Amino acid sequence: MFAYIVRRLAVAVPTLLFLVVFSFVLMFAAPGGPFNSERPLPPQIMANIEARYGLDQPYWKQMWDYVVAVVTQFDFGPSFQYRDRTVNDIIAQGFPVTLTYGLWSAIVAVIFGVALGVVAAIRQNSWVDYTAVGISIGAQALPNFVMGPILVLVFTLWLGLLPGGGWYGGQWQYVILPVVALSTSYMASIARITRSSMLETLNSNFIRTAKAKGLPMRRVIVRHALKPALLPVLSYLGPAVVGMITGSVVVDVIFSTGGIGQFFVNSAFNRDYAVIMGITILVGALTITFNLIVDILYAWIDPRIRY
Amino acid sequence: MKLKTHLMAGTAATLVALSGSALLAQDMTGPNGETLAENQTFTYRVLDEFPSIDPNLIEDVEGSAIGRNLFEGLMNQDSEGNVVPGVATGYEVSDDGMTYTFTLRDDARWSNGEPVTAGDFVYSWQRAADPATASEYQWYMGLMAIENVDAVMAGEMEPSELGVTAVDDHTLEVRLSQPLPYFAQMVTHTTTFPVPQATIEEFGDAWTQPGNMVSNGAYVLSERVPQERIVLTKNPEYWDAENVYLEEVTALIINDENQALTRYLAGELDQTDVPAGQYPRLSEEYPEQAVSVPNLCTYYYNVNVTEAGLPALQEQSVRQALNLAIDRDVIVENVTAGGQRPAYSLTHWATAGFEVPEADIIGMTQEERNTMAQEMLAEAGYGPDGEPLNVEIIYNTSDAHRSIAVAIGQMWQQTLGVETTLSNQEWQTYLTTRGDKNYQGVARAGWCADYNEASSFLDIMQSDSGYNDSGWTNEEYDALLAEARTAEDPLPLYQQAEAIIQEELPILPIYFYSTVFMMDDAIEGYPLENAQDNWYAKDLYRVAESE
Repeated sequence: MFAYIVRRLAVAVPTLLFLVVFSFVLMFAAPGGPFNSERPLPPQIMANIEARYGLDQPYWKQMWDYVVAVVTQFDFGPSFQYRDRTVNDIIAQGFPVTLTYGLWSAIVAVIFGVALGVVAAIRQNSWVDYTAVGISIGAQALPNFVMGPILVLVFTLWLGLLPGGGWYGGQWQYVILPVVALSTSYMASIARITRSSMLETLNSNFIRTAKAKGLPMRRVIVRHALKPALLPVLSYLGPAVVGMITGSVVVDVIFSTGGIGQFFVNSAFNRDYAVIMGITILVGALTITFNLIVDILYAWIDPRIRY
Repeated sequence: MKLKTHLMAGTAATLVALSGSALLAQDMTGPNGETLAENQTFTYRVLDEFPSIDPNLIEDVEGSAIGRNLFEGLMNQDSEGNVVPGVATGYEVSDDGMTYTFTLRDDARWSNGEPVTAGDFVYSWQRAADPATASEYQWYMGLMAIENVDAVMAGEMEPSELGVTAVDDHTLEVRLSQPLPYFAQMVTHTTTFPVPQATIEEFGDAWTQPGNMVSNGAYVLSERVPQERIVLTKNPEYWDAENVYLEEVTALIINDENQALTRYLAGELDQTDVPAGQYPRLSEEYPEQAVSVPNLCTYYYNVNVTEAGLPALQEQSVRQALNLAIDRDVIVENVTAGGQRPAYSLTHWATAGFEVPEADIIGMTQEERNTMAQEMLAEAGYGPDGEPLNVEIIYNTSDAHRSIAVAIGQMWQQTLGVETTLSNQEWQTYLTTRGDKNYQGVARAGWCADYNEASSFLDIMQSDSGYNDSGWTNEEYDALLAEARTAEDPLPLYQQAEAIIQEELPILPIYFYSTVFMMDDAIEGYPLENAQDNWYAKDLYRVAESE
């Protein structure tokens, strides 16, 4: 197992390097640059600004300097758009915000999604099943850019219960609406995956055996059916959790949370090369990590899998 | 530990409340004798995070408002946009109009208690012009025509050779390379505000962070959370602090304007923008709160008149036909619908000292314009009975720009039989396309005055202007503007320049902007008559709700 983890981590390094190169190529292929403005800058100013950010160097040199700074000093460079901040500052400020509402969303999505799916599967084709499926289809049909404004309309304007945006260091009132908006569609997917995989498991031979032994239904489900039924959920969770904790630009825009998703999208629009790269690497590294965690959990849940 | 901080915070709050109420007892009236509310705060919405709040580097409208509240320049603007004393109590101009001598007040102080001196301005102006600062607003220093500024900006002279000197701590002398009648107006711009040399040298780029920043305006920076909010609190060291009413000013960064409107209606904001097209409804529902005031910006289309563009558009009569066929009343009444006005000139009608020149097109009805347009196009050999014409309209991605492009495309189609191709591009791509004149038709543009004078508009169509994206050159136009710079009365020259634009139409003016916003009716003192929308939080106050 240990050797497997080491091997996976070793593969992660070239993967990330490839990501860096690929993003660099895409960035420079896009028309426009970070310092284009409506009134074009005089050439000497442009030259000074480009020198300040190393943009006067050949592409390969820029890429090399970047990788060296990241690897040796963990320095992602200065933001091109925000003069008084570095990319490290931006990530340090935005990522904890995103991580907070992302992790809560993941927890909420898993708990409610799995519960809904299991209940629906056990009571297949009953009103409970139809209600659960109805809820999950409804939740999936409401994308978060529709859900968010509706939540604000109801809970802020009409009921006056919760603030309509802001973060204020993550006080609970400010966290609730973003978490609800972000988690519902994930919850819906988890519920549907859980339901179908649970149904399949409940029809398999070992469950029939368990029932035949006269075990109570509750025990059959909790002890025997749940673990294998959750395997597909688990493989869905890897990318889903990364998606949640690296932020949703929709949530950031609607709730003004100051999270990383908003910076990511803005940096692409503004050609803020350093911020694009910094967040891309962050998301890449998280994706690799979570996929690894999921694979390890797989082995733990399913005794047939050995690495 | 936690409890202790709570207790202390509680005690502090009680103390503040006590002293606050003591103060309020004697100081409850506003500048015009109104009863003031106890809560003297102002919270408003801004669209996006500020690229910088360093006065020499500020490049956007919203950043400028922050700059004006944190810092104070030589001169300020009053509620009508007139120049009034700021750090300077006044100035003298030499007979040749080339030397300005500003007298600085002796009680102006930085937020750390240090006096604001003429040397602070010298440092700031040199820093703004210095190529090493790499300010995107460096060109503004060039516009001010300070002696040697072009050489300094080009890196050919040391910044210390810039024509600005501190005669003593309270006397600032500025030498110009040519007389500029509106020079005093120009020093109300944030690029010219003083900056604290010692702080900048100590912290470098991070000097604008809360805790580091030292400022000389009515407010100091107390919190800044990127993409979330920025909080300013009253600066007790400000020379006129006793006439500053608002204790705290908060800008919330809310990207989505509809979201901001909902939060305004829920009472979380005192001011927010009105989303496009919603002004008629909101002004009906909230007549006391929906405001539309002129704003010195003009919306227009560049016509690519170079050889890279459409051959048809190199013909003046085709451009005139297209211009005539735009029904501007429909656009301002049905598309933008926020109190904008039809534009037939580049310079905004509300610009100080400017009058839109007479033109035939203004007096005609739209039917007359359409008939004339059809005749002109037919004469040029295009349109239904001539060569088919397909004009590309490029614009940066936005619903508002798309609606206008669709409307104009329909007008051209219905009146002239001219086809249009709409093409939207995201901002950076769009700037490159337009700047390279890589479009076959017209390109959407908007320009806002940097100072309240017609030249701030007309400059952009000069042959060598970086913003002249039509590729149009006209020596007579350039000569008129050069002459206007030193003229006693530049208005006739500006009107002649406008007449040339109206004749040759390198641009098609569409409408004059207005600022449309919702404002809590308890907030008073907002400069609705200032067409640049340059507001100062020090002039605002909140009155008590009437019983």
